[in-house]
Amino acid sequence: MDLLSTYIIHQADNVLILGHRNSEWTGHGPILEQDIALSNIALDLVGQARNFYQLAAAHLNELTPAEPVTEDDLAYLRDANEFRNFILVEQVNGDWAKTILRQFYFSTYQFLLYNRLLQSNIPEIAAISEKSLKETRYHVKWSSEWVIRLGDGTEESHARMLEAIHNLNPWISELFLPADFEYEAESSGAGVLPEIIKDEWYYRVNKLFETATLPKITSEKKPMQILSGKKGVHSEHLGLLLAEMQFLQRAYPGSNW
Amino acid sequence: MSTREQEIFDQKIEQEIRIEPKDWMPDEYRKMLIRQMSQHAHSEIVGMLPEGNWITRAPSLRRKATLIAKVQDEAGHGLYLYSATETLGITRDETITQLHSGKAKYSSIFNYPTLTWADIGAIGWLVDGAAIMNQVPLCRASYGPYARAMIRICKEESFHQRQGFEILLTLSRGNEAQKAMCQDAINRWWWPSLMMFGPGDDASPNSQRSMQWKIKRFSNDELRQKFVDVCVDQVKTLEMLLPDPKIKWNEKTGHYDFGEINWEEFYEVLKGNGPCNFERLEARKKAHADGLWVREAAAAYAEKKYSSNTILNGIKTA
Amino acid sequence: MESKPHSENWPLWEVFIRPRQGLDHKHAGSLYAADAQMAIENARDVYTRRNEGISIWVVESKYIHASNPSESDSFFDPSNDKVYRHPSFYNLPDELKNI
Repeated sequence: MDLLSTYIIHQADNVLILGHRNSEWTGHGPILEQDIALSNIALDLVGQARNFYQLAAAHLNELTPAEPVTEDDLAYLRDANEFRNFILVEQVNGDWAKTILRQFYFSTYQFLLYNRLLQSNIPEIAAISEKSLKETRYHVKWSSEWVIRLGDGTEESHARMLEAIHNLNPWISELFLPADFEYEAESSGAGVLPEIIKDEWYYRVNKLFETATLPKITSEKKPMQILSGKKGVHSEHLGLLLAEMQFLQRAYPGSNW
Repeated sequence: MSTREQEIFDQKIEQEIRIEPKDWMPDEYRKMLIRQMSQHAHSEIVGMLPEGNWITRAPSLRRKATLIAKVQDEAGHGLYLYSATETLGITRDETITQLHSGKAKYSSIFNYPTLTWADIGAIGWLVDGAAIMNQVPLCRASYGPYARAMIRICKEESFHQRQGFEILLTLSRGNEAQKAMCQDAINRWWWPSLMMFGPGDDASPNSQRSMQWKIKRFSNDELRQKFVDVCVDQVKTLEMLLPDPKIKWNEKTGHYDFGEINWEEFYEVLKGNGPCNFERLEARKKAHADGLWVREAAAAYAEKKYSSNTILNGIKTA
Repeated sequence: MESKPHSENWPLWEVFIRPRQGLDHKHAGSLYAADAQMAIENARDVYTRRNEGISIWVVESKYIHASNPSESDSFFDPSNDKVYRHPSFYNLPDELKNI
């Protein structure tokens, strides 16, 4: 697959997988109102994924019109090693603390990245970013507030937040390590290298953590990045997730749903 | 109890003037409403589970999105109904305790399992279809908050049924395996959907009072008949069969005759012996128990910051 | 079992939505939230999913004060008596415009 399509698919995979994970909470949230809030976010993310997959499909179909693909082909017929999402987003949900922290980390990243992508020389990327930013701002707000409530709530919630921070720590470095398709995007003007938002990401996270009485996190001394979702080397979780998500399309190939 | 208050109440009922939360009402009316409205709310919430079961397996992105939206709507409907029930002097917490203890019921239909993707279509077409038929008359229920909640719900409900029917239609026009999946789901969901309208009129003691007080507008049998008539027509578009060989047009009555419902199954499921009763309730109890520390944390934070709520109100995130 | 040191109980909030510019805020229902920000966000999620609102007010239910229906006779009737406040009370010739 060409690098530009891969860049677009990386965006799509991130929001699809995260949306999928969030949707697992539907019917199981800590209170009805938050069930609705999180499934709203899931819906936003799936919508964003569809926009990016449709763009990727259109681009691929221009390049290889003899083998047309649809958004669903991209989502349902690639194996785990072809997915380009961050390992962060494929993690199992865990408790509410882990879920909202994962959301906060990703949405802050997404907010900073998409703001840069408004300047993409691919008009559709800029357009999707602009549309998504409205939703992303809300996701940042919602998850930030939960980080504060749980960080500065009870002893138990504080402990769970520390656990969540520890749990998600290994998956942060990947956010800022560029892959080949990002180098290409930056040089062509379609996108940016993730390093440019790294400092601001840490700044924002730590500022919020301070308010939430949580310890700062640092980019120093992070564990070695052996796995790389961006290169298709995922954690064990993605395979299981896809087995479930893709089951029907795989069991009944070529069917219309 | 003053007879003047009873008179005013009776007059309002007769003149189709809505009863509002602080109005005087007979104890029995209040109890009947609390029972019906809270059970309706519980049904919406428990109803999220059989469908939620297939969100992660929805076979296309469009189906995934619409299913999440539908299940989310059901959560919202539950919320409107809990909200309306609380105007009668009971808290949501108390009603949830009743649900978890088994004291309060929810619609038995949700004790059936969703075994295939076609079940999601069948639920939309048949279960939501039956619910709509029950719900439209409730938009004129005598109790104001209930009627208003129902109006909101009915506005949102029609997309649910159309979504379900479309799923089945797509399957019915698919390959052999999909057609078989579609017919199988219809076979399993048809009779339980008919049971949703409740026991026959002569076996329904609560119905009389409920109709007298204009909470209920049509009898169980009336609504069930209407539903059968509509579905017999709609199933033709699917080119599928309803699993009842006794369905036959009756020239005299102007309706379709249909076969005997297995009421023994209905009462067994109601009693707690349905396929999924245990799992459904366990899932709700677990969500509630697992969420305790979250609710406590949010309450503790709010209490800490009560006087200085500038943090959450002034948060600059973007 | 020991009693819990923390309450899990969130207050109930009443929600008012202004659906469009030019209209009043209308009562939409109630919901639970731990604080005002959450209440507003929840209200947005629950009551404006289909573009039904541009402005949301939330008030803790305990702060709503209501008139007493049993007093409605004395509370509201006096204004019902004053029929001359209604335009239809006055008989004016049909030819008269703008009044």
